[in-house]
Amino acid sequence: MPDDLDQIFVTLNHLIRDLFPEPWQKVVSAVISIAGIIGVFASLFAVTTVFERKGLGRIQNRYGPNRVGPCGFLQPAADGIKALIKEDLVPRAADKVIHFLAPLMVVIPAFLVYAVLPIGRNMVLTDFDAGVLFFFAIGAATELSVFMAGWSSRNKYSLLGAMRAIAQMISYEIPLILSTVTVIMIVGSLSTTKIVDAQAGFHSIGLPNWFVFTPWGFAGFVLFMIAATAETNRSPFDLPEGESEIIAGYYIEYSGFKFALFFLGEYMGLFAISGLGITLFLGGWHAPLAILEFVPSWMWFFAKLLVLIFGFIWIRGTLPRLRMDQLMNFAWKFMLPMALINIISAAVWHFMLPERAPWERWLVGIALLVGPYLLLGRGLMEGKKLEKRTYRFAE
Amino acid sequence: MMNIVFAIIAAVTIAAAVAAMSLRNLVHCALALTVAFAGLAAAYLQLGAEFVGFTQLLVYVGAVAILVVFAILLTRGSEPQQSLVSSGWLAGGLVTIAVLGVLVYAIAKSSVVHRAAPAQPDVTVLQIGEALMNKFVLPLEVVGLLLTAALIGAVIIAMKEEGRK
Repeated sequence: MPDDLDQIFVTLNHLIRDLFPEPWQKVVSAVISIAGIIGVFASLFAVTTVFERKGLGRIQNRYGPNRVGPCGFLQPAADGIKALIKEDLVPRAADKVIHFLAPLMVVIPAFLVYAVLPIGRNMVLTDFDAGVLFFFAIGAATELSVFMAGWSSRNKYSLLGAMRAIAQMISYEIPLILSTVTVIMIVGSLSTTKIVDAQAGFHSIGLPNWFVFTPWGFAGFVLFMIAATAETNRSPFDLPEGESEIIAGYYIEYSGFKFALFFLGEYMGLFAISGLGITLFLGGWHAPLAILEFVPSWMWFFAKLLVLIFGFIWIRGTLPRLRMDQLMNFAWKFMLPMALINIISAAVWHFMLPERAPWERWLVGIALLVGPYLLLGRGLMEGKKLEKRTYRFAE
Repeated sequence: MMNIVFAIIAAVTIAAAVAAMSLRNLVHCALALTVAFAGLAAAYLQLGAEFVGFTQLLVYVGAVAILVVFAILLTRGSEPQQSLVSSGWLAGGLVTIAVLGVLVYAIAKSSVVHRAAPAQPDVTVLQIGEALMNKFVLPLEVVGLLLTAALIGAVIIAMKEEGRK
């Protein structure tokens, strides 16, 4: 029975597929899978907006949405209808074609990358041999669409916002990719399913074989999630939009449903990159404990995804945003060296075999990461006076 | 089936390349060029070269296109409108046709035409990686060194000169 439940979507897909004649079956199967992915993640987007607003409200000591439907959970429906019937304004000076294409170009890559995410046992749309590369190649298109949005609006704020966003995305893409290199090195494959398979099974002490439970994996996961936060323009790295400086950034001239598309694209990117983080470091759809393996695999994927989303909301409600120079310094002077050192740590871990050096590999791995971390941190803090800020007028 | 897909990809790529040369707005040209890059990547993918196709996307659409766009924005303010067709278009066209003729003639005459196509190898990313790390490790290192030198050079040029005012 647990196996049936685990494979329920795969069986369902096959059942519907078999209703069609032979030459159509491949297409029908693909269409069903794509519709499933779009439906599920778009609904997750709707639920997440409510959770985020309610969570932020809780953190900031207010209610958040609580009027539409039970506990405000129909708020996304109301927002969607509002976005649809709003007037779609296009500035007279705007480049009409590119202004129209930019929101589409944000959403399309954001959905395309789900093709390689294994969301359950046997549940991956296309198992590319170069799956991780596909993810980053498609994700790179987002930067261009951000530029298209910012430039075509003919608005200095939107262009500045686009420049900021692109500079930030390019800077943080390097530590993002370098932190995934460790996993690719250890697994020896770029295929997402093989990466998940490599994390199957459990240690003798009961911990699962996930990469996050190794020194390099933990450091890689933290680096990956920080870079992912910056890549998806989320707080504390949400500089591309700032009400007091550049207003809404590159989508300032968008209204109605086009604005909603940007919003959708941003959240889809967030889910996708969290999904990749789960695939790379958190064992994909594998259960965290051996006794919990009866729970369907896809449930584990979405449980981990929700935990990561909650983490993102928590961070957004907790940390103040960085300044632009702090952002760049952090990317190039801290994240990049740490990611490079992490690769060395992973290589050392790989060559110190567990049979020959069971404890030494842990010691060396941790020392290789903690030492540089302390040194880098000290070096960056040098000459900076960090003390409690005193206010002259507001106390 | 394959020919229809290839025809679509080729048509899109060529149309984008023509647009990149003939559009008046430079940013439009850059964006059209990006479409041409993506079309090339699609052509690689259609031939089964996953790694090359995705790398093409990652490098050209992700990085080179952004570089081109930034360069246009930072260097050109309002350029004077020039005619797109240069005055020597007749001579240029003749030279182009002559070069094309020579190339077609040379290829048609050579032994390449008579050679049977080799069986398509099933290249995986693993094999490419192993080849890069074993057989071609020296060229790889040289390229890495060259790029690092270029990077340092760029930083030195961009650095503020302190002391001299």
